[in-house]
Order: sequence, then C-alpha cells, then structure tokens
Amino acid sequence: MTHKGLSKLLGAVAACAALVAAPTGAQEMKPIKVGFVTFLSGPPAGAFGVPARNGAEIMIEALNAGSVPAPYATKGFGGAPLEVVFVDEAGGTTKQVSEYRNLVQRQGVDVVIGYISSGDCLAVAPLADELKKLTVFFDCGTPRIFEDASYKHLFRTGATGTMDNTAAALYVAEMKPQAKRIAGINQNYAWGQDSWADFEGAMRALRPGTEVATSQLPKLYAGQFGAEISTLLGANADIVHSSFWGADLEGLILQGAPRGLFQKSLVVLSAGEPAINRLGAKIPDGTIIGARGPYGPFAPDTALAKWFKTTFEDRYNVAPNYASYKAAQALLGVKAAWEKAQAAAGGKAPTQDQVIAAFEGLVFEGPGGRVAMSLGKGHQAAMDNAIGTTKVVDGKLTMTNVKRYPAAQINPPDGVKSEAWLKSGFKAP
Amino acid sequence: MSSVAPVLIDGVIYSSWLFIIAVGLTLIYGVMRILNLAHGSLYALGAYAAASLVGLWFARGYAPLGSYAALAVSGVLVGITVGPLIERGLLRWLYGKDEIVLVLVTYALFLILEDLIKLVWGVESYVISEPYGLLGSFTLAGVTYPVYNGVLVMVAVLVAVLLTWVLARTRSGKLLVAVIHDRETAAALGINVSRVYLVTFTAGTTLAAIGGALTAPTVSVLPGMGVEVIVLAFAVVVIGGLGSLPGAALGALIVGLVRSASVHWAPQFELFAIYGVMALVLLVRPKGLFAGIEARKI
Amino acid sequence: MSPYVRRHLSLRDPTSRMLFASLAVLLAAGPWLPSWALSLSTIALGKGLVVLGLLLLMRTGLVSFGQGLYYCIGAYAAGVLAHQVKVTDGLVMLGAAALASGLIAFVLGALLAGYRAIFFAMLSLAFSMILYGLLVKSSALGSTDGFNVDARTLAGLPYSGGASYALFAVATMAAFISGWGLHGYNHSLAGRIAPAIRDNELRVEYLGSSVRAVVHLNYVLAAVMSGIGGAIVALAVGHVDPEFAFWTTSGEFVFVAILAGTGSVAAPFLGSILFEAIRSFATQYSPNTWQMVLGVAMLAVIMFLPSGLWSLFQRRSERG
Repeated sequence: MTHKGLSKLLGAVAACAALVAAPTGAQEMKPIKVGFVTFLSGPPAGAFGVPARNGAEIMIEALNAGSVPAPYATKGFGGAPLEVVFVDEAGGTTKQVSEYRNLVQRQGVDVVIGYISSGDCLAVAPLADELKKLTVFFDCGTPRIFEDASYKHLFRTGATGTMDNTAAALYVAEMKPQAKRIAGINQNYAWGQDSWADFEGAMRALRPGTEVATSQLPKLYAGQFGAEISTLLGANADIVHSSFWGADLEGLILQGAPRGLFQKSLVVLSAGEPAINRLGAKIPDGTIIGARGPYGPFAPDTALAKWFKTTFEDRYNVAPNYASYKAAQALLGVKAAWEKAQAAAGGKAPTQDQVIAAFEGLVFEGPGGRVAMSLGKGHQAAMDNAIGTTKVVDGKLTMTNVKRYPAAQINPPDGVKSEAWLKSGFKAP
Repeated sequence: MSSVAPVLIDGVIYSSWLFIIAVGLTLIYGVMRILNLAHGSLYALGAYAAASLVGLWFARGYAPLGSYAALAVSGVLVGITVGPLIERGLLRWLYGKDEIVLVLVTYALFLILEDLIKLVWGVESYVISEPYGLLGSFTLAGVTYPVYNGVLVMVAVLVAVLLTWVLARTRSGKLLVAVIHDRETAAALGINVSRVYLVTFTAGTTLAAIGGALTAPTVSVLPGMGVEVIVLAFAVVVIGGLGSLPGAALGALIVGLVRSASVHWAPQFELFAIYGVMALVLLVRPKGLFAGIEARKI
Repeated sequence: MSPYVRRHLSLRDPTSRMLFASLAVLLAAGPWLPSWALSLSTIALGKGLVVLGLLLLMRTGLVSFGQGLYYCIGAYAAGVLAHQVKVTDGLVMLGAAALASGLIAFVLGALLAGYRAIFFAMLSLAFSMILYGLLVKSSALGSTDGFNVDARTLAGLPYSGGASYALFAVATMAAFISGWGLHGYNHSLAGRIAPAIRDNELRVEYLGSSVRAVVHLNYVLAAVMSGIGGAIVALAVGHVDPEFAFWTTSGEFVFVAILAGTGSVAAPFLGSILFEAIRSFATQYSPNTWQMVLGVAMLAVIMFLPSGLWSLFQRRSERG
C-alpha cells in the first residue's frame, strides 16, 4: 500500500471510529414492558375491565407519542418507549397466581399493573416480593393489603374502599341530618359485605341513634331484585345504601325506579358513577352517587383531567368511568416514580430498587387530582373523595351539591386498621 | 317485618320466571336424557336478541306497545333457528354416547356460545327498559309492582296450560310422552324418535330464549348472565322430578316462595335457600317430587 | 393383601412400572424446571388428585358434581391451621386436610350412598354450595376474598414458597402414592366390585356383596384424595377462597375426568396437566376468546377420542 493509500485508509477508519463513538442526539433506550391485568371476560369486563383496559391503552399510546400534558410530556418512561401485554383477570385466584408467574417469568415484563378483584389482589400480593417484580394494584378496594402486611415491591395507586362509604356517610349525615332508619342492599360477597359494614359503622359513629331496617344481601350477579325491592319498600327506611356495580347496579335502578324506591327513600350508590354513563337520565333525581374518588363528574378542572376525558371520548365514543381514570392514574404514578429515580441517578435508566425508593411516599398528579402515597408505609395511595346528588337538567344528568372530603378525614391514619378506626368513631385507638 | 302478602306476590313472580326457564330443561331431559348445560346460554341468546330487536324497534320509532310483540318474536326466532342448528348439527352425531359425555358436550357448547355472544355483541351491557315501565304499575298490600311482572305471571300460566294441552290432547304431544316413558319401545312401535328429538330440543330452546327475552327489559343484558340461571333451572328440575311438567311447576313454586320468604324475613340465609330446599326434597323423595314409576331392568 | 393385588403393585405390572418411571422422571426433571413451570405442575398434580378421586367414583358408576366440597375443606383445613392455629409445617397441613375430608365424607357419604345418577350429582352439588354459602357468610375467614396461606417447613425441611421444588416433590409423591395405591385397590375385592356396581347393582346384591358399603368406602377415599389435592393447591397458590367450593370448580374436575378417560390411574394427571396447559396458552394467545378455544378442544377430544385422551396410549385391542 502506498503512503497516500495508507493515510486514506487510516482516515477512513478514524472517521468510522468517530462516527461510532459520537454520542447520538436521542439515546436509544430499552423499551419497558408493562403487563396489565384486567377483566376481559365475564360480568366485570363490561363494567370495569374493558374501560380500564381502554384507559390504559390510551395512556400508553399518548405516553409513547409524548402527547400527555405537563408534567408528563416526556416520551414513555423517561424516554424509554412502553410496550404492553394485556392479561385477562377472569378465571379465579388460582389461575391468576399462575398468570402472574407467567407474566413475570415467561413474558419477562418489567412491571405488572392491574387487578380489580380484591381476592386476586390478596393472592398476588406476596408474589411481588417473591419474584422481586415491581407490581402496582390500581383498583381493588380491600384495605387488608397494606393493613395486614407490608411489602417492598408492591404499591397501590388507588385508594381503598373504606373512604367510599365513610364519605358517603358523612355526606348523608350532612344532607339529611334527621335520618334515623337505614337499609342496605349489597352484593353478598366481601366487597358488598365490607361496604355495608363500613357504611353502617360510619353512620353509627356519626349518628348514634341509627337503626337498621333491613340489610339485603342478594347473590352476586343475581340481576333480579323483585323481592329485595319489595322488602326495601316495606321497610320505610330514610336511607337505602348500595355498593352495587355493573349489571346489578343497573338492574337495581331499572327495577327500583318504576316502583318508587327512589322516591320513598334517599338512595346512596357508593360506587355508582359508571351508571351515569350507562343510564344517564334514567337515574332518578336526588340519588346520591360516589365515584370511588374524584373521577368522572368530580374530576378537577386541570389540563390533565380535561385532556384525558376528551382523548378517551374521541377514541371510544363514551366517557371514561372511574376504572379508566384509575388505570391511567397507575401508569402516571409509575412514570412519575421512574423519572424521579432517573433524575436522582443522573439521567441514566434507574434500577428497580431506585424506582421503588422513589415511589415510596411519592406525591403525584393524576387525571383525578393529587395522589399521595401516604399510607401503608408509603406504598398505599390516599386521595380526596367527592360525593354528589343527581339532577336531570335539559335531559342530561348533572351532579349537584357536590361535597369534597379531604383524604385525612376519610382514610384511617397510617398503621391503623380501617375496621378499628371506624369502630372507634374515626379516632386512632 | 313484611306481612305475608308481599312474600306471596314476590314468590309467585319469581316462580313464574323460574318456570318458563326450567320447563324447557325438564322437557329436554325427559325426552332426550340430555342434561343441557348450554340452556343458560340459550337464555342469554334470547335476551341479547330481544335487546337488539327492541333497541332497533325504538330506534325506528315504532309504536311502543309493539315492542312486546318484538320481545316474543325475538325469543321464538332464536329458538327455531338455534335449536335445530344445534340438534342437527352437533347432538345428532352423539346420541349413542354415554349420558355423562353428552353433559360434557353441552358444557363445551356453553363455553363456545358464551364467547360467540361476546364476539357478536361485545362486553358492554344492553339496556332496553322501556317495555318494563310502559304498562305502568299497581299497588298491592302497600307495595308497588310494575304491571310487567303481572304479564310475566300470565305468560307462565299460559305456557303451562299450553304445554299440558299439547302433551295430553294433540297427537305429537302424546308421542312425546310415549318417548319420555320408554324410548326403545316407542321406536319399536314405529314412532319417529329422531323427529321427536328435534321438536323437543327446539321447543326447549324456544322456551329458554323466551325466558331470556322476557327478562331482558328488567335487567341489564351482559355476558355471563347465563351462568346464574343454569343452577337455578337444574335445581327446580331436580326438585320437581325429571321430565315432569307439573313437577317443574311445583318445583318452581316451592323455590320461588322459599326464596321470597327468605329475602323478606331472613335475608342472610338467601344464599342457602335453593340448595337447602333441594337437599330437603331429595332427602324425602330421592327422585324428586313427581318422579314417575320406572321399571327397573334386571 | 392378596397375592393378586401384590402382583399388580409390583414392577411386573405395566401400569406400576409406568408409575414408578414417571415418579423418577418427574423428581429428576424438577430442579431443571423454571419456577412458573414448577408452580403450574404442582397445581396440576393437586387438581389431578381430585380427578383421581372422581375416577374412582366414576368406576363405581357415580358422577359427583360436588368434589369441590372436599377440595375446599382440604384447602381451608390447611389454611386455617396456618392462619389461625399458626402451624408452620406443610405436611401437617396435608394430614389435617386428609383427616377433615375423611371425617366429613364419612358422615355425608352415609347419606349420599343411597342416591344414584343425577340425584347423586345434584345432592353432592347442593352440599358443596352450602359450604360455599357458609364460607361467604364468614367474615372471620375473609368471605369471598379468602386469606393467604403460608408454610415455613415441609416435613421439617425448609420451604421456600408455592413454586419450590420441595412442594413439587411432595405433590409428585402424593400423586404417585395415590395412583399406585388406587391401582392396587382396583384389583382388590372391593375394587373389583365397583365396576360391577356400575353395570348392574341388583345382581351384585343378589351375589351377596353390600353395594352401599362399597359406595360409601369409595366416596370416602375419593374425598380424602380431593382434600389432599386441595391442600396442595392451597400451598402452591398461597391463598384460599370460597371459590374452591363453587359448583363451577367441581364441574371443571368432572370435565377433566371425562376428558382424560378412565383407562388408567395416570390418566387424571395427564388430563389435568394438559387442561392447565391448554388454558394457560389459550389465555395468553387469545385473551378474548380463550373459552371458545377450550370448548372446541373439548369437542374435538370427544368426537375423535371418545374414550378420553388416555385411549391414545392404549393398544387398539384395549379400546372400549
């Protein structure tokens, strides 16, 4: 090789080396795989499972496109794109335990978000620490998760069910102070039983003379409540409480309204928000409805909330319900923790332990407002709640007399069990 | 504490609903010896068809009272299309098999129909409540009931009367009863057992679908509504005696009244009501209330 | 033990040879399996035990739609011992499960032994649903949410959780002992009366044997197997809830039993593992239509393998 040829060759090699070594403008980050578990079949699918799936899907797409309003404008999690795999939560706890193991070990996800059923949450909780995988519960309501045990890799970005009924009781006590007789119609399983126990306990704490006219506990998914409604009509109760959801909720409204149930008593639907989208003006005026948090009609007037609602409606032709909000909230919570850990690590992709450390005690903004991970040793979220009364105006359902309750008033303090807190009259024993 | 009157009224309403659904099942078992686990899905199909048809009816703005005809028509349509399809398309090939294998077949059918319904109608629930409130309501013993429930009771009574008349007075009915008693002898006497099967299965399916269609305006139609109905229907059929029409009626009445009494007076036992009744009846009458005398072949 | 039974329990019998070989293979392969496969296999073996009990009942001509009762009793026996009584050894829990199931089956079996066909099925279903109702009412036991189950040792050895090799080994041993034992039992006097009862009860009575006693015994044996299976699954999953007693759970066992066929004591385990595998993959690859996939698979087996999956392994001459 001639001298000229060698220098040319060396020059070419140097140029190649320079090209390879030069830092590229956008760092190619490894995609983050999210496993999302929600009901895709069975009765909970229509009520919560699929709305949650849609909320998650739309949030993930927007995050990857970087179109979420501030402070979530970076793409994906800190620049790393998101991939999602959806798993059906139907089939029972035994199946869900196996599915969780599959998600983590066969599909190799980086984070698991999901679970609507409290039974599934309880069964999956210990697995998070066993398999050392960051897991976020977004919807299940049982307070037992962080009251009965503590976990390192597990978080819950949705508030527990205790605050639904505590807020409902506070609202009822305020709006109808002379109410003495209460009745309940709740589904005969843990959620319904706990909701009724919480509501009854809270009412007794607030109004010591409260008497229970009847407590109906029809089978889950019964759908037909002829006899129950007859009993409620004959019970002459001032307040009728129900934590019904899905088809049972719609059945109660459709069967109870023509029979005058909603005129005879003040009906409180502690988790009734999804019925607003589904039944709209069919819901009789004067019904008290809760949304398990500041979601749907109670969402704050922030850019994030408005963006979420419009984007969801444009895509799915129906308004998001609280399950959709909570799914989106979980994703934003993980994103906030991730990016906080990334900043602390000097811009590099954080390790799972760093994300967990950032997540503990985190305060972040969701489509329903401020979320503080202040309970369960920093792993359990607490939020404000809002309750309102329905009124049909110009053929559309609106919420009036909306009252908001701060988180501290309706959630037990950290370390105190919900049951004990209610029994003692909202005081830490 | 409710008085006796609402308990009786609610009991009768619930019994009517149960009877319409269970009578098809007992007919199918009585004639074909098939435990049709897909009965619940057929009920659901009837409800979905009604939801679609009635939804269309009101969307087009037709006379509201005609929606009742739409309900009946949707139930019958589902029955006469799906019934023969299943019977000729699937069951006909499996008649010689063990009874328990046929149960598995109907269970597989149930799974397939559940997902098929989900594929066609989606997971969203359908609400067609207009027919429920249209006829107004009446008050009895201080409690308000929609007239629709009265219509339900009348339909149940009509079905019972019609079926009794068909089985006792018409030629096809008597052939059916003959097949219920002894299939082999009936075939030996020249009765077209295959056609009797087809007619029976179609009739049973139609009754299930009508039950579903009538239920649709009172509930929110959604996936999984068939599962609840299966055990209820089976319990009624077992209590009454398999293949017995008066058995299905009495079984439905007993279950309805016991459940109503439980809801009004002891709501915490409501979950046990039907199983308790079933266990009690079987303890006293091991083959159900109206079990026929069966010749035992040695 | 009669020499006839002894011969069938020894390695001269092909089924016993197959069982010993499977035991060896499974125990050897265990340490190499990823933990999700260990967990799935342990659960399948536990459920297979329940199906084995059903096999015994089906051989006697009875189909029980209420095995969930004992499956749940076994699971809750293990759970309550762990949760309330603070017992920490897994093997003690299995023993308690077997005892609880056996005792209750002894009482209920005395009643149920007089019923046949669909009435037996529905009455057994009624009892399992009554247990379901009782558990749902009990808020101390967590109602429908259930509670978590934890063991800290297994026969004295340290135990690291539901996906551990230790539990898998115990499950395999339990399955082997039950299968092998049942194989021997099937060749004993009581075991050979069972298919006779299925064929024609009246003649069995005429010949001098007590049908009721045999049915009662088989019912108790099936219940004990279901109870142990329930405890194994409870430990493998780490959680129990009333769903274990719901009729759809019992129905699932019946379907696996029919799918697998009654050809051999190994059939239930094969059927169970295949069912779990099909369901797991169906959920992963078609999350919206997995039920339909399962239904079609079942129909295919019924149409083309009428004696169940096991007939694939039987020589043509043996097929019924």
